[in-house]
Amino acid sequence: METQSHTKPVGDVIAKYPRARENLISILQEVQEEYGYLSRESINHISEYLGLPSSKIFGVATFYNQFRMNAPGRIQIAMCRGTACHVKGSLNLLDTCRQLLGIEVGQTTKDGLFSLETVACLGCCSIAPAMMVNGKFFGRLDKKRVEYLIDTWKATGRVEE
Amino acid sequence: MSRVFIGMGTCGLATGAGEVRTAVDKWAAAHGTTIDITATGCIGYCKAEPIMDVVTDSGHRVSYSNVTPEVAGFILDEVLLRKNYKLDGLLGQFKNGKAALPGIPLIEEHPYFRKQVKYVLRNCGIIDPESIGDYRAHGGFAGLERALGMTPQEVVQEVIRSGLRGRGGGGFTTGKKWEFAQKSPGEKKYVICNADEGDPGAFMDRSILEGDTYAVLEGMMIAGYAIGADEGIIYCRAEYPLAIERINKAIAVMKAEGLLEKKGKNGFSFKLRVKKGAGAFVCGEETALMASVEGRRGMPRPRPPYPAVAGLFQKPTIVNNVETMANASHILREGADSFASMGTQNSKGTKVFALTGKIANAGLVEVPMGITLREIVYDIGGGIPGGKAFKAVQIGGPSGGCIPEEHLDIKIDYESLKTVGAMMGSGGLVVMDEDTCMVDMARYFTAFITSESCGKCIPCREGTQRLYEILDSIVSPYTKMPDEEANLLRFNRVLNMETLAQVIKDTSLCGLGQSAPNPVLSTLRFFRKEYEAHIYDRKCPAHQCKGLLTYSIDTNACNGCTLCAKKCPTAAIVGERKKAHYIVDEKCIRCGTCRDVCRQGAVSVA
Repeated sequence: METQSHTKPVGDVIAKYPRARENLISILQEVQEEYGYLSRESINHISEYLGLPSSKIFGVATFYNQFRMNAPGRIQIAMCRGTACHVKGSLNLLDTCRQLLGIEVGQTTKDGLFSLETVACLGCCSIAPAMMVNGKFFGRLDKKRVEYLIDTWKATGRVEE
Repeated sequence: MSRVFIGMGTCGLATGAGEVRTAVDKWAAAHGTTIDITATGCIGYCKAEPIMDVVTDSGHRVSYSNVTPEVAGFILDEVLLRKNYKLDGLLGQFKNGKAALPGIPLIEEHPYFRKQVKYVLRNCGIIDPESIGDYRAHGGFAGLERALGMTPQEVVQEVIRSGLRGRGGGGFTTGKKWEFAQKSPGEKKYVICNADEGDPGAFMDRSILEGDTYAVLEGMMIAGYAIGADEGIIYCRAEYPLAIERINKAIAVMKAEGLLEKKGKNGFSFKLRVKKGAGAFVCGEETALMASVEGRRGMPRPRPPYPAVAGLFQKPTIVNNVETMANASHILREGADSFASMGTQNSKGTKVFALTGKIANAGLVEVPMGITLREIVYDIGGGIPGGKAFKAVQIGGPSGGCIPEEHLDIKIDYESLKTVGAMMGSGGLVVMDEDTCMVDMARYFTAFITSESCGKCIPCREGTQRLYEILDSIVSPYTKMPDEEANLLRFNRVLNMETLAQVIKDTSLCGLGQSAPNPVLSTLRFFRKEYEAHIYDRKCPAHQCKGLLTYSIDTNACNGCTLCAKKCPTAAIVGERKKAHYIVDEKCIRCGTCRDVCRQGAVSVA
């Protein structure tokens, strides 16, 4: 299971980067990898470190799709909405996920188990429709398979390795 | 020791190549032998993944498709123990200089590969992408070697002579770009490889990076030498973790071997690093990409000054796509002539297309420029599965257009595609059949563009949003409109949609905005009837636009099993057991569940 506990202070995570603006995106990526999201505190911390106003950092972080400002679920479902997946019915699969989980895109379930996102394209178009769950790819999906997978994850609380 | 190759690109892994590998290891352990497993990239025939090649005792490499962990053991039994090669899923044998195995077809004779010309993809799925030795054994770094024996001017001339044009979309002559950067004065220059493959529906760059990592890096070094740069940056999207891992490994190996960060021939020294993108389609535009590398919001700026004059950190910079870089390394190795001998008058060489959608053989195909779309869709792609009718092929992603049946015979090159309102783009080819709604496709792409527009210029930021609203109103039911005036307004906007699209095209700042209305304009041009059906009849002929569908139950066919009523998520189906059921239209959300579950086929949609 992914850890939500703040094992390392923000300062330690970003210390290896020189204090230059060009490292901002790399720093944000590293912080998000460590904590799962960008909290207000970490943004303030980065702001002090780089000597940049936090508004600027917020501006950059909200511009890119990758960054998120809320804690994600332990199982992060990213449904691909690329062209090939769209043609093969990924919108219906997304609806299935929304119904089964009872959340909208960008939200996390109350128990913190699932969060649901969309991604522009996973680059797995040949096995469309596809989704990525905690970094693992699932392709050639249909409604039944999605229902089965989500039910399994609900029962076990984790994505099987 | 026996040798096995397994295609372990992202698509292979997603279909179970990892489990196949474990099964091969287990088989070896059970038989008290060791098997040397080479993880290759993707050979492009993604439909057949996972693919496993076994090297026979006679040294022939035979390829099998759709290998599951159970089948893997069986194949090893047959091939290695019983010497029986004719098995289910046999793709063919590779040429290896020796006499071919009798009775086993050559893999290049396979219908999927017969019309393909592997130039830039030559090593993908063949070599171990993590082994620099394997790359060298297949001619790797010979191009760099040759380039370093020439003057930078000669290298640029060689690339110009090859006729190579940018494979990322624009199609600008690569050599000319290099020449501008070379002539720009400056001590410090940069080479950027654009691996931010944002086009939904395209994955050739991922495949090349995963399957032939060193070729891209070699191309960057050649570019660096040609323009006088000492630093290269690969801007790769974060969604490609495997590609990033392999590039980092390759850079480390090249450093250890003294290829990087060390003065070599002609005093040329080069350093390379990866910059992970953070997910923004607009960063495929070169000035936006550079802003992103500098740690800012990825917004384009007006050109000139061009990046070749003032690019990254205001230094002369060239930005080339992954496929372009890989091509450059092969061109330098084999000379400009062999590249220029392929293709058409103005578009030389080959192009890789990602063939996906409603097609029998989805995958990556590399074909010479000038081939027809029909050959790609039918001869290589195997046509439309399930006996459905072909409707269109969408080329070039959100900036491209939809090409209908009547234009399938055009010869593909940069110019010919523009005449039918599409563009090469990065080479996504999404095939659509009769079940695809073209208005829905236009709406889909416009929705994508509205969320990816950076917001800098008004035509793109506001225009695409309005365009999306119009398209959305076309596919939405009337009930959404509160009063008569809103309805009139809506109709007025529909009438002006084409004008709006043209204005966005003419006045946007960057390529993203200028090409954003292409999907709308091209579908309007070729599929106006579908728009009219949506607007006048309020019907979606392909039954895709949920807002215009009506579900109903045939009271004669319904036997009252109550299954649909139980499964309906909004309790919109009423009826007594063993009697015909009815759908309450106001409650129905058009999810289609009732139609899926009905065993009598009594639910129809119109």
